[in-house]
Amino acid sequence: MLSFDVLFPSVLNGLTTGAVYALVALGLTLIYGVLHIVNFAHGASLMVALYAVYLLKTRAGIDPYAALPLVVAGMFAFGYALQRVVINRASHGKDENILLVTLGVAIVLENLALMMFKSDTRTIDTAVTLATVPIGPAMLALPKAIAFAGALACCAVLLWIVGRTDLGRAIRAVAKEKQGARLMGIDVEHVYAMSFGIGLACLGAAACFLLPAYYVNPQVGGGFVLVAFTIVVLGGMGSFAGALLGGLLIGVVESIGGLFLGESLGQIGIFAIFIAVLLLRPQGLFGSRV
Amino acid sequence: MRDAVGIAAFAAAIVALTAWLESGVWLTFLMMTLYGALLAQSWNLLGGFGGQFSFGHALFFGTGAYVQAIAQVGHGANPWLALPLAVLAAAAVGAFVGALSFRYGLKGSYFALVTLAFAEVFRILALSVGFTGGGVGLMVPLREGAANMQFGSRKGYVLLVLGFVVAALAVTAWLRRSRFGARLQAVRDNEDAARAVGVDPFATKLGAIVLSGGFMGAAGAFYVQVFQYVDPAIAFGPHTSVEALVAAIVGGMGTLWGPLLGAFALHALADLTRNLFGQLPGLNMVIYGTVLVLIVMFVPRGLAGGGASVRDAWRSARRSAGHRDG
Amino acid sequence: MSTRRSFLKVSAATGTAAAFPHVGGAQPRPVRVGVLHPVTGALAYSGQQCREGALMAIEDVNRAGGIKSLGGAKLEALLGDAQSAPQAGAAEIEKMNEAGVSAVVGAFASAICLATTQTAAKYNLPHVVDVGVADQIVERGLKNTFRFGPGYRTCAQVAVANLHVLNTAAGKPAKSVMIIHEESLFGTGTANLLSRELPGYGYDVKEVVKHANPTRDFNNIVLRMKAVNPDIVIPANYYNEYALLVRTMQQQKVQPKAIYSVLGGAASSYKFLKEFPEASNGIIDCNHWFNPRDRRSAELRKRVEAKGLFFSYEVFMTYTAMRLLADAIERAKSTDRAAITDALAKSAFSDHIMPYGPTRFVDGQNQGAQPLMTQVIKGDIRVIIPRDYREAEPVFPLRA
Repeated sequence: MLSFDVLFPSVLNGLTTGAVYALVALGLTLIYGVLHIVNFAHGASLMVALYAVYLLKTRAGIDPYAALPLVVAGMFAFGYALQRVVINRASHGKDENILLVTLGVAIVLENLALMMFKSDTRTIDTAVTLATVPIGPAMLALPKAIAFAGALACCAVLLWIVGRTDLGRAIRAVAKEKQGARLMGIDVEHVYAMSFGIGLACLGAAACFLLPAYYVNPQVGGGFVLVAFTIVVLGGMGSFAGALLGGLLIGVVESIGGLFLGESLGQIGIFAIFIAVLLLRPQGLFGSRV
Repeated sequence: MRDAVGIAAFAAAIVALTAWLESGVWLTFLMMTLYGALLAQSWNLLGGFGGQFSFGHALFFGTGAYVQAIAQVGHGANPWLALPLAVLAAAAVGAFVGALSFRYGLKGSYFALVTLAFAEVFRILALSVGFTGGGVGLMVPLREGAANMQFGSRKGYVLLVLGFVVAALAVTAWLRRSRFGARLQAVRDNEDAARAVGVDPFATKLGAIVLSGGFMGAAGAFYVQVFQYVDPAIAFGPHTSVEALVAAIVGGMGTLWGPLLGAFALHALADLTRNLFGQLPGLNMVIYGTVLVLIVMFVPRGLAGGGASVRDAWRSARRSAGHRDG
Repeated sequence: MSTRRSFLKVSAATGTAAAFPHVGGAQPRPVRVGVLHPVTGALAYSGQQCREGALMAIEDVNRAGGIKSLGGAKLEALLGDAQSAPQAGAAEIEKMNEAGVSAVVGAFASAICLATTQTAAKYNLPHVVDVGVADQIVERGLKNTFRFGPGYRTCAQVAVANLHVLNTAAGKPAKSVMIIHEESLFGTGTANLLSRELPGYGYDVKEVVKHANPTRDFNNIVLRMKAVNPDIVIPANYYNEYALLVRTMQQQKVQPKAIYSVLGGAASSYKFLKEFPEASNGIIDCNHWFNPRDRRSAELRKRVEAKGLFFSYEVFMTYTAMRLLADAIERAKSTDRAAITDALAKSAFSDHIMPYGPTRFVDGQNQGAQPLMTQVIKGDIRVIIPRDYREAEPVFPLRA
């Protein structure tokens, strides 16, 4: 088990799996960091994005990587509308109500998918699905290598948006001090919706990178939610670099944990980290002091 | 006193109803509603009154369920003797998690997420150790008889869970009137201010989580007696955690009757949608989810918050709300 | 109380109808049968396939004239959704009981079946278990529970015995085994049984790997596989995970001497075959299968595929379970639950498409039930063992 031939591919695998987790977490950390809401609908939204990628490939013949701009834009619009029209209006700003609303949205989305697509698991076949890239003793799956690059790129884009654009400044202002931002003339509702939209857009990107190596069915989102939350907390709520690093770290921990403790028990590593971070350093790697 | 009368009247009404009902469907509905109420009431003790939202209440539920099952299957204990053990075990887990979390000052979403993490850890552990039966789960042998806490008719179970619900109501009523309850609510509303007037937030919150955990454990033990089977997913999965918090919030957090109302409303809604729309799989849940969102939209303080909420909700909906409290 | 009264009414009515079939030309009351499956939630796909099977069986029975001993009474399905959770299944049984069903067919998943059969037992409601392979289901002494298909103990024993036959015939090229199973009741139970049986035949179980439902990534497990280098890989899991595992093996170019599934989720699945023809090639499965020599199997398959569905085990298992029930009702000449239970217990049902021995129920388990060994050969699923049903020579090992 300790041989390099096994450890190295395992770590590589963890890094690439973690990259996809990071993409999912990036959106969640933005939504949490700005709106301070625990988005129960995040998994279901990922599922929606995966179906979008699936449909584009099977009905329109568009490759998932080529579909990236479409899916990202579509998910952005969906997220903006969801926040502005449903979540905002329903929750009256109360934390516990936001929770319930996102939960309700998750139930609706999952079962709408069940009604429309039935429960069949669906996969797509792309040119890269089975390809591998040899790196040392490892045979890295090509879709995962692409996902890794994609995650880095997305993180960079997000950092640019939040760091260098007017929107980004507005987002940072609202996240830090909402009332003050409003007083300065910032349309807080619009910023909230934009943030939620960007958060779901990240899921759109994640879906494009994920589907070639995975599958979609109405329940698929559930498997990613807990891991995403762990990464958000580990990286620091609201920190993109944290989500990226956290994702990679969690991916590696999961991989090595699975190697040594078995796939089932190995999952415990993730939650042990989750608890340890929450107790000992709740602001995570890069978050500001709680 | 008013609360005591209300609770007694409620108990009497349910007992009468149980005696009168013959239909298995209605008795099951009554049983599952009371069971849901127990889950919600437990959550409410910590969440509504203590202000500490937990996303992983299944942690206590599962502990109670497994202790109840293991005591019978592994040690041949009588279920009536196992029950207090289950409750104590769940309360102890509550103390453990509470001590850890509150010691490190976890609040709000952080606390919620840590409870979720603990529930997951227990689920994974339950899958891996031998005495829980691992993935195969534990099956309590069928042996009908009141002495064995397995009742031939649903009526027995209804009365059993009613007992728990009444106990939870009594504790909730006590919280509303007692000094401990006042301290707890003070901590909920403003922990720093509470500390300033001499309340010990740590001890207070710890007390709440122990109580909350204990009742959840009773619910877990009850589940095992009714369905005679438990596995890690049933015990520690998110389903129970979600059921507890949704019913409590929809019903009205921090109120006496809220959880019961919430549990009833949600069960009725689920059953209704399933009966009316069950033909097309998924449709009933879409409607359920939509109604849930609508309930939150129009009755934001929960059903027990009643009329005031509806009035407020209309006003703020028209003002196209978006501002947050505090 | 009221249910029994309404039962007597129904039985009397149908009794009278049968005694005077031409009086008034009245249509006999339909026989209501509960069809309970998890059609929403995590198990939705399987649940819906099962439901299809049940409905097609009812359609066929009715088209052939219904229950003739009851004057041609038609079967009527009362559909229930177990929502992939035991308590929901139990609640649906209560409803079905109130609605006066004569029997229930369901509920696919073992954990759900445990709860539904128990609830049904309270009302002496006969419950035919369509798939649910956990042996505990028929080991609780419940008189109302009947399972036509095999449980996982039988499947594990048959699988191991046949592995030995194949291996010996090929000159014993395989010795080491790696078991990969899903973590809940079915997977763990199967893996436990296999771990116990295999050493007895001289096989070395090098590793038993448990994984979650769902598992997002199998690269690690495949890495372990590369390190352990087992001759035989035995997966016991559900469709999604099975498919991911085998695809990952293909991608990482890991090819053991045999992939030998026991109740493999995707092993003998036309869906998997269609979507991943290369990855599925050569996979052997010990699973529920229909009788390939019976012409009706092919006909049923055509009808199912014409609906755009895959002819999966859920469909034909539940189809057969419903036909078993119809036969029992026919012989019971009544819709009375006790009569149907009795008829089931004494059933010698033979008019079916399953490759079973003579039907004989002992404590609710059909002793004639058996799984078949299939292998994906040249792009189709072919039965390889037992010889009576063999469609192709087994390819074992896949490589030297």
